Amino acid sequence: MRVLVIEDDQDVASYIGKGLREAGHTSDHAANGKDGLFMAASESYDAMIVDRMLPGLDGLSIIRTLRASDNRTPALILSALGEVDDRVAGLQAGGDDYLVKPFAFSELVARLEALVRRAHPETTDATTLTIADLEIDLLKREVRRGGRLLEIKPTEFRLLEYLMRHRGQVVTRTMLLEGVWDYHFDPQTNVIDVHISRLRSKIDKGFQRPLLHTIRGAGYKLGDG
Amino acid sequence: MVLFAISVVLLLGLVYWMTAGFMARQTDETIETEIMGLAEQYRRRGLNGLGQVIGERMRADPDGSAIYLFATPDYKPLAGNLDQWPPLVADADGWLNFPRQDTEAGEVPARARLFVLRDGLHLLVGRDIRDLVRTEAMIRRGLIWGLGLSVALGLLGGLLMSRRINRRIEAINETSREIMNGDLSRRIPDRGSGDEFDKLSEQLNAMLDRIEELMEGVRHVTDNIAHDLRTPLTRLRTRLEMLQSAAGEDLDGAGVAECIAESDQLLQTFNALLRIARIESHGPTKSASVALDQIAGDVVDMYQAVAEEKNVALEADVVPVTVAGDRDLLFQALVNLVDNGIKYTPPGGSVTLAVAVDGDDCCVEVRDTGPGIADAHKEKVTRRFYRIDGARGEKGNGLGLSLVAAVAQRHDALLEFADANPGLVVRLCLPCAVQSAPTNRAH
Repeated sequence: MRVLVIEDDQDVASYIGKGLREAGHTSDHAANGKDGLFMAASESYDAMIVDRMLPGLDGLSIIRTLRASDNRTPALILSALGEVDDRVAGLQAGGDDYLVKPFAFSELVARLEALVRRAHPETTDATTLTIADLEIDLLKREVRRGGRLLEIKPTEFRLLEYLMRHRGQVVTRTMLLEGVWDYHFDPQTNVIDVHISRLRSKIDKGFQRPLLHTIRGAGYKLGDG
Repeated sequence: MVLFAISVVLLLGLVYWMTAGFMARQTDETIETEIMGLAEQYRRRGLNGLGQVIGERMRADPDGSAIYLFATPDYKPLAGNLDQWPPLVADADGWLNFPRQDTEAGEVPARARLFVLRDGLHLLVGRDIRDLVRTEAMIRRGLIWGLGLSVALGLLGGLLMSRRINRRIEAINETSREIMNGDLSRRIPDRGSGDEFDKLSEQLNAMLDRIEELMEGVRHVTDNIAHDLRTPLTRLRTRLEMLQSAAGEDLDGAGVAECIAESDQLLQTFNALLRIARIESHGPTKSASVALDQIAGDVVDMYQAVAEEKNVALEADVVPVTVAGDRDLLFQALVNLVDNGIKYTPPGGSVTLAVAVDGDDCCVEVRDTGPGIADAHKEKVTRRFYRIDGARGEKGNGLGLSLVAAVAQRHDALLEFADANPGLVVRLCLPCAVQSAPTNRAH
């Protein structure tokens, strides 16, 4: 994946660049808003990471300008401002996701991959999602594995649906909190882990191949193999 | 007040002694001088001379206020303007006080002194003291009125003054109460009259400014530390993560995963600290309508699994209510309360999350069957990093309730901790946005 990083802080930029390289991606770097806008408009990227505060042209203006010229490159906004209002303003400007500094690199990569995947949906109006022998029916709200109907609670269904939509990708706990429960908050305990382990006991228990994996230090992944 | 009354009485007593007493003493002195004069006349000119002088003096005193009586040793009157010898009852100083028959006014008071002459003859010299008595009575009456009036005025003035003082002290008390309740920005009102109270208020306000400044400084330092340490910590975490992924599972024995978990814990604490600081420093939140019952339902939905793992029953008892506020913050506050409830309730117990209307307020109540909080700790549990001794072993950063308090403050909500016997009830009450119909909704 080819990523454009528009970030004026040299430390943060090299940190992101190094991390992306190690994760097997390539990246270009622009140190100010004008260069960033020029590069984003003239080259083709899979995604871009845009710092909100930039010299010359701020991050939100860059995204707004790109969107106005029908450039749909997924954009992840980085910001030191973490209030909900700031987040809403970022998303309204056309950003696809918002990450508050400082962030764990695994969080950034997971979100970036989710964005790129979302930009290329395989089937838009599918009513069933499948992975290996696990299948969920979005209309009937039913889950089957190996043809057997599994008894699953509404919360677990929503969690599974989110994981299914991001299958093959690492999904962080924060992404689950925002995507499944739609609240920006700080869970006091390992509440996500508890839900995951319950879900795992339903979809993996008694089956040869586990599908729901824990990625240490990062999050979870629903994947075959 | 008593002191004031005593001083007034003393003062008026002095005035009485100086006026009425002075007049009486002057009368007495006149009589004594006259006796001396008459005795001298008798010594020089004998009985006839004395009689002559008395006659002259009586003529010189036409209104008859002077009294003379000259009598034999057996009190038979020889000369003078008294018909008969008065009863001989003298007071300690040898003065006779007796009523005298006056042709016009009838009985009038008189005062006289007896003098025994050389040959046993008696001489009585006196004065009609009706004017003196009348004046004395007048002065007395005046003074009593004066006494009554000044005590009454004193009482009234004292009352007014003490009420005024009380009012101003009450203003100071009121402010200190509000400050103790946590509003450190409050100041004692200044009436601008420049009196002692204003000077006191000025001093106290200056002191409060200083305290606020110092507290603000401490808070800033804490926040800055949290802020500045967050970035290197995040990098540390990422390095560990990269180390882990580079070396694969070989590093497990070196405890890299534990290091990552530790740094996550630290970051979480810093984030919570900064979050509280941000919530506190912001003004009233931009209010959106929030369905409190829905938030409560979501919290229960989310924490049901955690409660079940611990064999604690988590129940919701809600009615639909709407409040103005920040959805994420209110969710966070309820999460913290429910999470605490589950954490401190022993297996087999229960945690209930209730949403109800109480007058104009919409209240959330989290009730558990845990050990509760001793009264001594109730006011302190919302302090940052405050932990009750028994709870130190529990996981957590000691900021959960501080965050709840910050959210409550930002929503103008009242946060209360009470005993549920057994257990704890935490109530969070905020003004309802719309009057909601209290219909029960099963959840």
